[in-house]
Amino acid sequence: MSTKTEFRTCPTTGLKVDLNAEKLIKANAVAAVIFLAIGGLFGLLVALTRWPEVHLLPADWFYLALTAHGFDVLLVWIIFFEMAVLYFASAVLLNSRIAGPRWAWTGFGLMLAGALITNIVVLQGGSSVMFTSYVPLKAEPGFYLGIILFAVGALIGCCVFFGTLVVARRERTYKGSIPLVTFGALTAAIIAVFTIASGAIILIPTLLWSIGLVSHIDPLLYKTIWWAMGHSSQQINVSAHVAIWYAIAAITFGARPLSEKVSRTAFLMYILFLQLASAHHLLAEPGLSSEWKIFNTSYAMYLAVLGSMVHGMTVPGSIEAAQRARGLTKGMFEWLRKAPWGNPAFAGMFMSLVFFGFIGGISGVVMGTEQINLIMHNTLYVPGHFHGTVVAGTTLAFMAITYYLVPLVFRREIMFMKLARLQPYLFGIGAAGISVFMMGAGTLGVSRRHWDMQFADAILPFDYPSAAFLMMGLNGMFAVLAAVGGIAFIVVVVGSVFFGRKLGVDEKPSYPEVPPQAAVVAEHGSAHSLKIPGTTMLVAIFFIAFVLYYFVNWKYLSEVWPLS
Amino acid sequence: MTEEHKSEDEGLQDDEQLPFMQRLLDNPFLLLFLGIAVPTVFYIIWGIMEITQIPIAD
Repeated sequence: MSTKTEFRTCPTTGLKVDLNAEKLIKANAVAAVIFLAIGGLFGLLVALTRWPEVHLLPADWFYLALTAHGFDVLLVWIIFFEMAVLYFASAVLLNSRIAGPRWAWTGFGLMLAGALITNIVVLQGGSSVMFTSYVPLKAEPGFYLGIILFAVGALIGCCVFFGTLVVARRERTYKGSIPLVTFGALTAAIIAVFTIASGAIILIPTLLWSIGLVSHIDPLLYKTIWWAMGHSSQQINVSAHVAIWYAIAAITFGARPLSEKVSRTAFLMYILFLQLASAHHLLAEPGLSSEWKIFNTSYAMYLAVLGSMVHGMTVPGSIEAAQRARGLTKGMFEWLRKAPWGNPAFAGMFMSLVFFGFIGGISGVVMGTEQINLIMHNTLYVPGHFHGTVVAGTTLAFMAITYYLVPLVFRREIMFMKLARLQPYLFGIGAAGISVFMMGAGTLGVSRRHWDMQFADAILPFDYPSAAFLMMGLNGMFAVLAAVGGIAFIVVVVGSVFFGRKLGVDEKPSYPEVPPQAAVVAEHGSAHSLKIPGTTMLVAIFFIAFVLYYFVNWKYLSEVWPLS
Repeated sequence: MTEEHKSEDEGLQDDEQLPFMQRLLDNPFLLLFLGIAVPTVFYIIWGIMEITQIPIAD
């Protein structure tokens, strides 16, 4: 491991790349993809068990698989990839050397060790407490120890990111303000620090409790602080994937944000308010007041939602402005019709944006409303919602940027290009289907984290409506589709990284073809254009869908409790 | 005044002329403080205060 600073210049984007940062990006991205494969496999097993006709695993294996699936994909895959994003957005986009590469490698080692320890402990079978590990469910000490080590490693990675910002500013490697993509990564890093600190506050005592050194952990206290980690960790994803949307728009189209000011203010909304949405997991807890619940969800959370809606408009808006500047001005949607739908990075990014907004975003607001939350609290609606945000939103966006990372950072040609072009559609449509059908089943009352929705061995029989069984069957089918998309991603990426044609020092890859303006990804500045009729129409459609869905849920609530 | 000091002073002057919001958004450590303080106060501390006030059952 060398810490001497050496740079190369990217022949495609013209960016100066610190080779230490590049190695760290590669290591974190590879680890991320490996854990995505492991976690995805467990996810498929869970979905096939929830499919009533298949009901694959016995109960003990189901809870083991569910625990491993949650940990590997909600935490490990995502955070490893986010470390790669942080190093890319700081060292590469700011043309800077990375601060403390030895510390960064130490952080990577801790994360890897922690992830392996927790996986091994879960596979031993005595820690099937699921990702939330609510006390008094007790896991083996190694379960908590692994997560703590992983979190400490991630915290070191965040410190390296902040250190790199300081180094870049001091060494004047950029002018003015940092680029918007780096600002998005900064938002993710800030939320990560809060997330990790919350995790430490609750998981260290829980580790001591599992060893026997602490006699009691209050379940409500645990749940409250755990969700400051558990939900906020997903807000790191949101900030990181929004930064990736802007990055892909810039690299693919040379698109600048419509307004830096507005987009940065939207990220500020995330910094201030996004973590407070953790409270929606506690809306049915009797020990917490309505003031606490309503402030944290229905007031503060809406400010963060406003931030997401701003990004949801400015990202496609910036693409539309760039496309119109190239002459694609016919009608409302020529810019979108003639977008590069065969480019897996763009296709994945755009589907991530649409699914995140329409599925994950709208359902998140519905769940964050105290009254209508009650009709789907702790049902399959909750995993339906976060599969819309984390899988169809974040994972799809991370997969999309990987198609640029492989040629530009790993310096390998993409293999199996036809499969790569198809992959975002397979995975995206599969993930969207999983989300929609789980939410449908949840609306019909199907519990989350339940092995058998038929209650075959229950003393008191209970039948869900037949439509719920249909929903779970469809959920299983779309999970298979998403798994096929996931396998295609692994095949393309692993194949390309290890067996793809190696590019020469100054050789441009055949994919991606980027415009000369792609370097705007590393610049601060706005598009100075607000001629975006197509995006305005898309936003109007979104609002209509939002209002209708919100109304439908209130109507559904009124039918649950007929008061008139 | 040396050239170096002059340019540093000019830099400071430029910083002072920047709008408040831009200075806020250009300060990662102030943002870090805010990003930790706001949820810590409104979510964690307020939440813990409520939980500790729940009467213990006999």
